[in-house]
Amino acid sequence: MTNATLTPVPAAPVANRRNRLSKGRLPRWAIPVVGLSALVLGAAGSTLGGFSIASMLIYTALLFVVGATAVTVIVEGRRQGTNSFFTYLIHGCFILALIPLISVLYTVLERGLPGMTSNFLFTSMNGMTGAVDNQSVADGTPVLGGAYHAVVGTLLITAFSTIISVPIGMLAAIYLVEYGQGKALSRGITFFVDVMTGIPSIVAGLFAGALFGILFGPSTRMGIVAAVALSVLMIPTVVRSTEEMLKIVPNELREASYALGVRKWRTIAQVVIPTAISGIASGVTLAIARVIGETAPILVTAGLANNINFNVFSNWMATLPTFIYYQILSPTSPTNIDPSAQRAWAAALLLIIMVMVLNLGARLIARVFSPKTGR
Amino acid sequence: MSKRIDVSDLNVYYGNFRAVADVNIEIGAKSVTAFIGPSGCGKSTFLRTLNRMHEVIPGATVEGQVLLDGDNLYDPGVDPVTVRSQIGMVFQRPNPFPTMSIRDNVLAGVKLNARKISRSDADDLVESSLRASNLWNEVKDRLDKPGSGLSGGQQQRLCIARTIAVKPGVILMDEPCSALDPISTLAIEDLINEMKNDYTVVIVTHNMQQAARVSDKTAFFNIAGTGKPGKLIEYDDTATIFSNPSVKATEDYVSGRFG
Repeated sequence: MTNATLTPVPAAPVANRRNRLSKGRLPRWAIPVVGLSALVLGAAGSTLGGFSIASMLIYTALLFVVGATAVTVIVEGRRQGTNSFFTYLIHGCFILALIPLISVLYTVLERGLPGMTSNFLFTSMNGMTGAVDNQSVADGTPVLGGAYHAVVGTLLITAFSTIISVPIGMLAAIYLVEYGQGKALSRGITFFVDVMTGIPSIVAGLFAGALFGILFGPSTRMGIVAAVALSVLMIPTVVRSTEEMLKIVPNELREASYALGVRKWRTIAQVVIPTAISGIASGVTLAIARVIGETAPILVTAGLANNINFNVFSNWMATLPTFIYYQILSPTSPTNIDPSAQRAWAAALLLIIMVMVLNLGARLIARVFSPKTGR
Repeated sequence: MSKRIDVSDLNVYYGNFRAVADVNIEIGAKSVTAFIGPSGCGKSTFLRTLNRMHEVIPGATVEGQVLLDGDNLYDPGVDPVTVRSQIGMVFQRPNPFPTMSIRDNVLAGVKLNARKISRSDADDLVESSLRASNLWNEVKDRLDKPGSGLSGGQQQRLCIARTIAVKPGVILMDEPCSALDPISTLAIEDLINEMKNDYTVVIVTHNMQQAARVSDKTAFFNIAGTGKPGKLIEYDDTATIFSNPSVKATEDYVSGRFG
């Protein structure tokens, strides 16, 4: 017997032959061509009824979805056609959903940036009257007065509401997950937390105002009342997110700790919470981001101030949302509303930046605290 | 420090459901005892009653006596935490604490209880525990790295080191090798053979070769049908159980004709 060589001879590639396995598939240029023709047809169609960019884009999008689906159905069959129809539809919906977001960001940036002066950031509205605004408009000088007092108020009130709601919310969640499984009390708490989630923010404000009214006399308005109102809104969010995070801590870790002779509360404090802390921290940050933009409960609890107030336990305070509200609703100078509008937009931009920083902070915290996996 | 366990008339319940019925067994000190039997027959449930881990599950209760060197674990005055610090447990899936380094995982039993320990004592404890679990040479250069970065078999040995560090008298193992490859399994089995010099080891396993290799005595559990409680069918020297069992069901099970 001879030693047969078993090396397979590679089939020589046939020049310019189409891969038979790609039969029945659209060539790669097909979809871009459909898109281009949709654009041309869309532009043509929109000129029929008075040209506008918006109508052109709408026509193009519709023509593209219909055309691309039709082409796919003809060449690749119904299943692929359905697939591409829904793919383009979902992409379209995504773009549609992004439009308002981008539009808001663009508008706020466009109108808010001119007002972002050091004057705006580091002075308050104390002593700013309509005459000052009229003067600056007449002289063409930069707008005076700013939102420093509102920034201080926002930070202080939010910080105090966080201090109130995080311990309450976290302890409630710990009870629900670790101790109260299946007990009547825990079912009750869950139910009322759900109800609290749906409380309109103005009602929370009225509640806090009424509570402090009973305790310290009618129309007690100060920062801490607003902090209580905001914490009414924050607590359910904190409870919910902490609860979810504690639930996903594997039971095996608790059992491992018990099996080492560790007490339950120590297990919770040193094994369960450290394992879940990144999720809890980002949940808390998102809860803060949610309440930082509240307007109504602040108006009825902290009133409105034009001066800087560092003390949440006395006198009225302003926050950025109430600042915006008042600058728009009752401009400082009724005859020259532009300076007020500029301040309001700048404050809106500042608020968005604060919320974004909080969100980024949440991600950072989640990354810093999350269990390490390095080798 | 190795201790014996005597169980008499033990019934284990989940709510109203009786999962294990009338178990009587004596587990000698410094021995390895294997529990075998089909899935759902209550071996793991029974194992968990030996260090009061069973009652962690809501609605789970136990009747009967478990004597640890003559002291009943289920006396009303007994704190389960004391019991668990003397009877350690290794679980089916390796579960090192993900937030802790290898060193902290070994010291978990000490640190989580906030017991004071000097730096040098801690170092000694880490080294002796890791040596006892045959892991020292593999991790001695990276004690500060997270325990979750180890391989499955190493993680399981880390869990054993963590259990040893508490200095228990008895170590319970609930299918410790079922999530591991054959080489890691061999490492753990070697470890069990060494451990019986110092500890009483009780191991639940589905692997009958493993039971035959590591254990001195074997207990066969069985269940009459779904909804019926699991029972201890036969308990004898491992050699007897595998070569000449006295009950037909045991013979069927170990010879693979059943279950």
